[in-house]
Formats: sequence, C-alpha cells, structure tokens
Amino acid sequence: MERSAIFEKLNDIFCDVLDLDEVTLDEATSADDIDEWDSLSHIQLIVAIEKGFGIKFSSKEIITWKNVGQMVDSIAAKL
Amino acid sequence: MHTFKELKRSAKESLPDSVKSIRCALVGDTATQFLALALRGEARLRNLSVDLFEAEYNQVELQLLTPSSELFEHNPQFVILFQSTHKLLEHHALMDVEGQKRLAEERVGLIQDILSQPSMQGRKLLCYNYPEIDDAVFGNYASHVESSFLFQTRKLNYELMLLSQRHPELVVVDLASLQSAIGRERMFSPNVYMSTEMVLSIDSLPAIASRTVDAIAACTGSFKKCLILDLDNTMWGGVIGDDGLEGIQLGHGLGIGKAFTEFQQWVKKLRQRGIIICVASKNDDAVAREPFERHPEMVLRLEDIAVFQANWETKVDNIRTIQSILNISFDSMVFLDDNPFERSIVRENIPGITVPELPDDPALYLEYLYSLNLFETASYSTADKDRTKQYQVEAERVSLSRTFTNEDDFLKSLTMESVVSGFTAFNTPRVAQLSQRSNQFNLRTVRYSEADITSFAADNNIIDLAFTLKDKFGDNGLIAVVIMRALDSETLFVDTWFMSCRVLKRGMENFTLNTMVERARMGGYKRIIGEYLPTAKNAMVREHYPSLGFDAVEGEDGKYILDVTNYQPRHCHIAAITAYENT
Repeated sequence: MERSAIFEKLNDIFCDVLDLDEVTLDEATSADDIDEWDSLSHIQLIVAIEKGFGIKFSSKEIITWKNVGQMVDSIAAKL
Repeated sequence: MHTFKELKRSAKESLPDSVKSIRCALVGDTATQFLALALRGEARLRNLSVDLFEAEYNQVELQLLTPSSELFEHNPQFVILFQSTHKLLEHHALMDVEGQKRLAEERVGLIQDILSQPSMQGRKLLCYNYPEIDDAVFGNYASHVESSFLFQTRKLNYELMLLSQRHPELVVVDLASLQSAIGRERMFSPNVYMSTEMVLSIDSLPAIASRTVDAIAACTGSFKKCLILDLDNTMWGGVIGDDGLEGIQLGHGLGIGKAFTEFQQWVKKLRQRGIIICVASKNDDAVAREPFERHPEMVLRLEDIAVFQANWETKVDNIRTIQSILNISFDSMVFLDDNPFERSIVRENIPGITVPELPDDPALYLEYLYSLNLFETASYSTADKDRTKQYQVEAERVSLSRTFTNEDDFLKSLTMESVVSGFTAFNTPRVAQLSQRSNQFNLRTVRYSEADITSFAADNNIIDLAFTLKDKFGDNGLIAVVIMRALDSETLFVDTWFMSCRVLKRGMENFTLNTMVERARMGGYKRIIGEYLPTAKNAMVREHYPSLGFDAVEGEDGKYILDVTNYQPRHCHIAAITAYENT
C-alpha cells in the first residue's frame, strides 16, 4: 500500500473514532495538534487501526510513536 | 450488542431530569475509565439514568473501608467493584506457599469486611468475579496443588458464589463466564495493557457493561417475566399443519430435531424458575395442541404453558390478549419467532416488548439466546414455580367472568378468602421479591430487601401486613403488602402499599384498607396518611387514595389523609382469616 493511501485510510479512522468531520494528518501530526486525541482515545485509535489494517502493533510501538509519521512507518512495515 | 463507539457516544447524552437517576460508584484496582464510559453508555441506551462516581485508580480499600470516603459521600445505591485477575496474579507471586494457599480466603475476607461496614448498609455491592488466567506453572497438575494460581482463582470464584448466598446485598457479576463465552483473546489485549493498566479490552467492554447493567436493572425492578413462543420452526422443525405429528422435527430422530429438543429443555428450566411461558401461533387450536399432548419427544407439555393462543388472528392481537390475562407490562415480555416478518410487526406495534433477532439456523438459537442474558433476576423464591398454574387458573377465571352480567355476583361466586399476617420468616422472601418486582400497583415504589423486611417485622413503630388471596379456582399466594409507619401516637404513614396485578378488580383494595383501619384503631391511631409517588409505570394507582375515600392534603402534592374514627368498612366479598400474633 502506498504511503499516501495509508494516510488516507488513517484520516477516515481518526474521523470515525474521534468524531471529527474532517482531518488531514501529515507526517508531523501529533496528539498536541488534535484536541480529541487524548490518552483514552489513543487506545481506541490503536484498536481501530489494528482492525482497519488487519495488523497487530507491539507494545513497544504503542509507547514510542511521537507522531503520525512513525505510526505510518509501523503500519507500512507490517503490510 | 452495541459497539464501544456507540456506547461512548450515548454516554455523552443525558436523559430528561424527570427520569429518576440511579446512584452508582465504581472502584477498581486497575484503570476503569473505559469501563465507566461503557457503563454510562449502556445505561443511557436503556433509558436508565445513572449517576456514576468514579473513584481514583487503585483505591478499593481506602474508598470502601473508610465510612467518610468520597465514594460514600456520593451515597450510591450500587457500589461496583472491579478487581482484576492480573493484580491477583501479582499478589500471588509475592506470597510464600502458605500465603498462596490462603489467597482465596483472604480475598473473600476483604469482600466480607466491605459488606459488614455500617456505611454499606442499604447498598448493593456488585462485585466482578475473576476470569481465569492459566499461568501454566503446574500445567494440568494445578488441580493437585492447593497453592497454584488456577486452584485459588477457581476457589475464589466459588467462595464468592457462596458468600452471595449468605449476603443478598452482594451481586456477583460473572466476568468469568463471559470470558468463557467470548474467549480470553478477545477479553484481554496485552499490547494495550502494557501502556495503560487496562485489563479489559475495548472489544469486551460492551458485553461487560451490558452484563453489569442487567444486574442493576434487575435490582431496580426491571426484568423479564414472560416468554411468548411461536410454534412452527421455533418450538419444533417444520409446520405441524402441513407435516403432521410424525413429520415435525423433534428429538433425536428426524432432521435437526435435536436443536428444538435442547431449546425446549431450556424453556422448561425457565418455566421451572418462574418465567411464564405462553404460546402465540397461527394455527388451528387443536392442531397446535396435538404435539403437546401426543408427541413422545416434546419436552414442554400443556401444563407448562400459562396461556395458549393458537388461532388465525394476528400475533399482535394474541400478544395483547396474553397481556390482558397476565396483567404484566409489555416491557417484561420476550417474544420468540423464527419469522422476521412477524418479529418486525410485533416490534413495531407493541412498544417495550423484547423481540430477539433469532438466527436463521435453529442450531444457533440457544448460543444466541444465552449471549443475550434475557432473564437476569435479583431474586428467586420457590413460590415462583407455582405461577404457571395460577395464570392458567386466571385464564379460566377470565372466561367465567364473561358469563356473569353482574360483577358483584361474579365476585361473590368466587368465595374469596385472604390470610392476613405480619412479616414472618416464612413470607419474608416473597414479600421482598414482590417489593422488587411490583411496578404498576405500587404507590411509592420503594424497594426493600429481605434484611429490610426482617427489620420491619421487629420494629414496634411499624405495622406490617401481608395478604394472601384464595378463591374457588386456586390460591394466588401472597399478593399484597402494606407497611405503615407511626409518625406520632395518632398518625400512621403508609410507607408501602403494593399489590400483584393478578388480583385487580376483586375488591382486594377495599379489603386491604378495611384491615389497615382495623389495625390502626387497635393501636389507638386517629388518621392514616397515604402518598402517591408517580413513576413511569404506576399511573394505574394515581387516583388510588381519592377513590378509597381519602382527602387530598392541602399544599402537599400526592399526599392524602383518612380519618380512621369515622371510617365505614368498604364493601367486598373477601373473608378474612387472621394469622398474625406478633407486633
């Protein structure tokens, strides 16, 4: 899957989980940029992304991401 | 089952202020924010207003063993306690072998200590049990070793069940059986747990919340009393009118008959538990009854069915007829039918009734029905078993009353008798149970537990009255309860007056009031004050007190007063058999 396609799919998942009308994620987007993205919704995002892409993250990945770019790295490596 | 996302969304919506809120408190030894969110959402989707206090993380002892804690300040009716198997495992790891052998005992001791706190009085403790973790330290040999984790977890779950039998105020919410049903893999996400201390996965929370709210709803008087069944392809495979007695699939011979036999065995157990079983079928009556009378593999027999409606009218009409005979509300009924069309018509036309979407394949009926946990209850008494007979008798009574033009003559012909007594060890379970389940004919809808009822019996400031009603068709058992509290030496306040709707229109209200006045006079009281507190379900008794000759108390909405000294006994055809000797 193209990196841009992963971003597109992530946009949909973020909107769905965080109840947003629209979101445009980029490599540098982090939890600081989106109000609704807090520690609780982060867990929901992980579960939704795992389901959406049919993958499982390791516990280490979950705690080390600093931004969406690194998240996409993890996803891309598993596809 | 809803998704977690749906629960999260609905948790944000509030109900109108007129809906009475249920005060709850949640405390756990691991992170419970998501559990709290799921509980709020699930309650909201069932139109229950839950006012939930969330204790800080890991404050079980602090909140529950300190009378002045924030949790008790919230004054919860329900204290929800979540202690995880993970923490238990950690605890186990830190103990020596002797300690490990006493792990279950120690944990049950804590629950006992909590229950015996004076600050827990009058509250229910909802305690989750422990889904198993097999740490594989001993493998299959764990059963031989008392100190093994698996041995102690199972013992703990068993001891919790025993404890709940001694403490009606303890409700064990069965997470262990839920994990058996959905699997440990779905119950627990190790990767999420590492960064969050959350031991319940997001995917399992809707089921857990549903199971928890089931218990809360049952304790507050909302539960199912009646199961209405279709026949063809629901009760047996095939169509009795077409396939005939030998052609329907039932039992271990023909086709998928086994599925229906097992289904009937389940229904039979519900019947034995006290659920009222009824039939609504589009069939000729005689044809529909034939399998019940003559098929050797039928588990259910006609005597198991309280009301049997087989005719060519609509299911909606038949369900309404059943309701008029049973006199219970539609939201306490479940309707099972294999036909999606019938289900949808019933659902649309009878608000409140529960109509599960049965799977197409009858082999899946039971597993699906188990997962819904439709028949949660907060009490069980052996009197429940006799209910089917009582309703069959009621159906006969209804048909007799049609032959009398004059209601008074009809009532006279019933030769009714009522035994009046105080609360005794013998009738306390039934009184408490009726207190939990009476919704319609209930003036104040205050729910009392067995412990409450026992304490009233011993209280000299309280006049406790329990009434049975018997007639020529049969015995209805205990059907009405009155609790009057002395406000001063001349005034009694009717704290509780409820009656089973089975005995409406028999003059029982008049008989009850006659007895109340008689008892008031014996105690030297001059007046009785009654109160009507409206709920969503008790509109039928809105005019109860005025219609019995009480006068409205000026300036106090819903309160009524009766002068005992001038009271003339009201007309009724019920003979009193007095059995009280105490109070």
